[in-house]
Amino acid sequence: MANKEYKTIKEVAGPLMLVEEVENVCFDEIGEILLQNGEKRLCKVLEIDGTNALVQLFEAGFGINPKQSRVKFLGHSMRLNVSEEIIGRTFNGLGRPIDGIPEISAKTSLEIDATTINPIARTYPQEFIQTGISAIDGLNTLVKGQKLPIFSASGLPHKELAAQIARQATVLNKEENFAIVFAAIGITFEEADFFINDFKKTGAIERTVMFINLANDPAIERIATPKMALTAAEYLAFDLDMNVLVILTDITNYADALREVSAAKREIPSRRGYPGYMYTDFASIYERAGRIKDKKGSITMIPILTMPEDDKTHPIPDLTGYITEGQIILNRELYKKNITPPIDVLSSLSRLKDKGIGEKRTREDHSNLLNQLFSSYAIGKNAKELMGILGEDSISELDFKYVQFAEKFEERYLNQGFNENRTIEETLNIGWELLKMLPKSELKRIDYKFIEKYYN
Amino acid sequence: MSYENVEKGLIVKVAGPLVVAKNMKNTHLYDMVKVGKLGLIGEIIEIHGDKASIQVYENTSGVGPNEEVVCLNSPLSIELGPGLIGNIFDGIGRPLLKLKEKSGDRLQRGIDVNSLDHEKKYDFKPLVKVKDKLKKGAIVGFVDETKSICHKIMLPPNIEGEVLEIKEGSFSVEETIGVLKLEDGSTFNIKLMQKYPVRKQRPILKKLAPNVPLITGQRVIDSLFPIAKGGVAAVPGPFGSGKTIVQHQVAKWADADVIVYIGCGERGNEMTDVLNEFPSIKDPKTNNTLMDKTVLIANTSDMPVAAREASIYTGITIAEYYKDMGFDVALIADSTSRWAEALREMSGRLQEMPGEDGYPAYLGSRLAEFYERAGRVITLNNEETSLTIIGAVSPPGGDISEPVSQATLRIVKVFWGLDSTLAYKRHFPAINWLKSYSLYWGNLKEWFEENISENWGNLRQEIIDILQEEANLEEIVKLVGLSALTEIDKLKLEVAKCIREDFLHQNAFHDVDTFSSLKKQFYMLSIIDSFYKKAKEAVLNFKIKVKDISNITVKEEIGRFKYVENTKVEKTYEEILKKIDSEIKNLYKGV
Repeated sequence: MANKEYKTIKEVAGPLMLVEEVENVCFDEIGEILLQNGEKRLCKVLEIDGTNALVQLFEAGFGINPKQSRVKFLGHSMRLNVSEEIIGRTFNGLGRPIDGIPEISAKTSLEIDATTINPIARTYPQEFIQTGISAIDGLNTLVKGQKLPIFSASGLPHKELAAQIARQATVLNKEENFAIVFAAIGITFEEADFFINDFKKTGAIERTVMFINLANDPAIERIATPKMALTAAEYLAFDLDMNVLVILTDITNYADALREVSAAKREIPSRRGYPGYMYTDFASIYERAGRIKDKKGSITMIPILTMPEDDKTHPIPDLTGYITEGQIILNRELYKKNITPPIDVLSSLSRLKDKGIGEKRTREDHSNLLNQLFSSYAIGKNAKELMGILGEDSISELDFKYVQFAEKFEERYLNQGFNENRTIEETLNIGWELLKMLPKSELKRIDYKFIEKYYN
Repeated sequence: MSYENVEKGLIVKVAGPLVVAKNMKNTHLYDMVKVGKLGLIGEIIEIHGDKASIQVYENTSGVGPNEEVVCLNSPLSIELGPGLIGNIFDGIGRPLLKLKEKSGDRLQRGIDVNSLDHEKKYDFKPLVKVKDKLKKGAIVGFVDETKSICHKIMLPPNIEGEVLEIKEGSFSVEETIGVLKLEDGSTFNIKLMQKYPVRKQRPILKKLAPNVPLITGQRVIDSLFPIAKGGVAAVPGPFGSGKTIVQHQVAKWADADVIVYIGCGERGNEMTDVLNEFPSIKDPKTNNTLMDKTVLIANTSDMPVAAREASIYTGITIAEYYKDMGFDVALIADSTSRWAEALREMSGRLQEMPGEDGYPAYLGSRLAEFYERAGRVITLNNEETSLTIIGAVSPPGGDISEPVSQATLRIVKVFWGLDSTLAYKRHFPAINWLKSYSLYWGNLKEWFEENISENWGNLRQEIIDILQEEANLEEIVKLVGLSALTEIDKLKLEVAKCIREDFLHQNAFHDVDTFSSLKKQFYMLSIIDSFYKKAKEAVLNFKIKVKDISNITVKEEIGRFKYVENTKVEKTYEEILKKIDSEIKNLYKGV
């Protein structure tokens, strides 16, 4: 059945458009706007009230004329065509190829909106991923199927860190490489180019699917981009049995686009003008990571976001932190000291680490060691602060040892650069080496048997 | 199912989870409806003339005007009966296992499933005879639901009458097990199952003041900020401060007979974790697995927002049902903030005038209504039972000045404030001992002194005092340095450190440390107290330096006492006490 074309566009304002006298149009349905010059643009039904359809444009409103443009509703929600051929390809934010090669021959067409994974169909993620970065492997361990965002801020090297993870990530004792789904959401050309070059250099590009929406592309196109990327990732993971690493950068731009649409709809804003449903919206993206019982593939997600003014309580990092399974926070102070990657281990966290480490997964002493390093480093940093105010003489001998420990910890453990790839054994041994700076009686978080085995 | 004879409405508007339908004159507020061709489940939340606003519990993508709306003429209800325990439900009471059988790994829409298994047969044993006159909510018999739970079959709370017939044997939840003659002469078929609307509190005879603690095995909770059976507690904290672990620990170890755990707008993997872990954990009270006494409600953050709003009512109705059987029930809700956000989202779509931060003006009263369903009560059967609620709050940025935290704090009596700076130091549970409080302590003191030790109250106060003093002393140290303190003050710092690290810090992932019995908690406190007293004597009377005292070898044993297995606790305790005495005495032997 040919879909009816409507010439009844009543209003276009910002990302919204009102079409009147429509029939049989459904909520969430996709429409095509046909411009007078033959160009086609996508839109989606946000609200249907009687015969009025309020639609949201997915592409710029530039050039739409209410009198001459027509709208055709397609009878389904937003979709992405997929087949094995997507691997190695580059698409724009709406899933159209932009690498100059013709469209893929689609095996199937998938709706980009997530359907919820039944919690009882999930497998709990607990397979250790070695990233080769001590601050992550040793202290904030990443596991297969986890969603672990990087909280960055302007001027911090999150792209180097993300590229390092993408380059070095392996499942221990298995020769498995991750397929990478990379979504550039409103980032600059330079930043996107950095990733593409890095993927090319390591050959990862052969197993990468890219969705690129750059800073100069229309902001509203960004709303579909992460969903496109995740739909591709789900296809690779659960239909083609691949282990997929999804990198989404930058979620802050996505949230801003969300705010733009919400403001245009005149919704009551929540904190900082972001819509009240941003938590739910974020969840519909982040919760798509994971593993499913009886399926071989997995989706591990590393979203990157920049914290405005380094503020962790800003709604974007805040809501993200409540949904994701931890966070890796970058720290300006460390970066100024030229410690790279500048991961603030104390405020970083991996919620899934406890079941991903230990005997059979990494090493028996890992959990104890990690707790001890955390608490000793925290004490050391505190003592150092105190020493800064009062001078060296006024802190106790023990505290001074802690200060030295904290300094050495940053220098030896954290500061490994963006190119060193450490095995988990190396990371753990460096931890023990550092702990030897402290008296044995201070190691309260470690079991006797490990102290005997590794400290002596 | 056929809805031939029911009046049908027509959709006029769809905006996300909000659907408006006309031709709905004969419906009631909060009636359930089936929306559209897919038959999505919804609930009427506003009626204007013949138009009704409906909140739909499932994604409305693809729904459009002129589709039908069928009113089911009953409010959102859940089936209550054997088979709830050990099961996991979504926000509106559909078992996830059945949903998986019907729709695969992902949740599909418009699926109709019963909360309970209607096929399974249970062995029913009656406790009443023909001609017995039964009151509302009376117990007529029982079935063994799990190893831990003997499920009492009760009359619905609005039915009373004389028994005409009562059977014994194997029945499904829908079969008639007995007949009751009501006052008006009509008869009522008793079944193993009853339906009850979730938004309505189940009736009780009387409420009592809580006076027995809910023992959680978590030292900072039991010893410093105990919660009473029938009490209400809030656990607010920023992300990463260990809210969920505290909630899990309470669910695992609390000495309640039944646990209802509501994952409200939380992570999918967390629910999976609970599902994997609970069947393998032994309940310390009964030695059966935890799953034998647990009901799970899972509304993960990516499930429809309207169902999130309903999930806490579904949970508390199940909890009340088991409470009515005579069980002590603990309900754990993680997190009430997500529930409040769902309320806000629906309110925004209804274009209601917002209150603070966009939340509807009725946020406070809805929260109070929910928490007020807790309590130590006398049931309709004259039994004393309790329903305890522990709700997590997720304040944006950890700032509890926001509306949800504030509205919650006005109601709850126990506040376990989680602190991100403690979490960064990996001091878990990160419950801040200076900010947290328990208003039940006055009621519970007597119980502790009678059942554990008459010295309990004094010990607790001493600990709180030292921790408070530590905070003051640290301010001074920051200004003028450690050397400016007197030896006694230095000793207090040393003891406070000992309390923090050796007592309050508790490793949830350590086999032994994850649960401390009250007896063990008392021993630990006594050891620290004894160390403090002996050391104080040494400092005051013999001018011993605190530096030397902190180096005595028994300190390490004090630190490791929490890892001592239960069977060896008493012996180790006495040894440590002896060592403290002799090692400190050794210090001043020469003096």
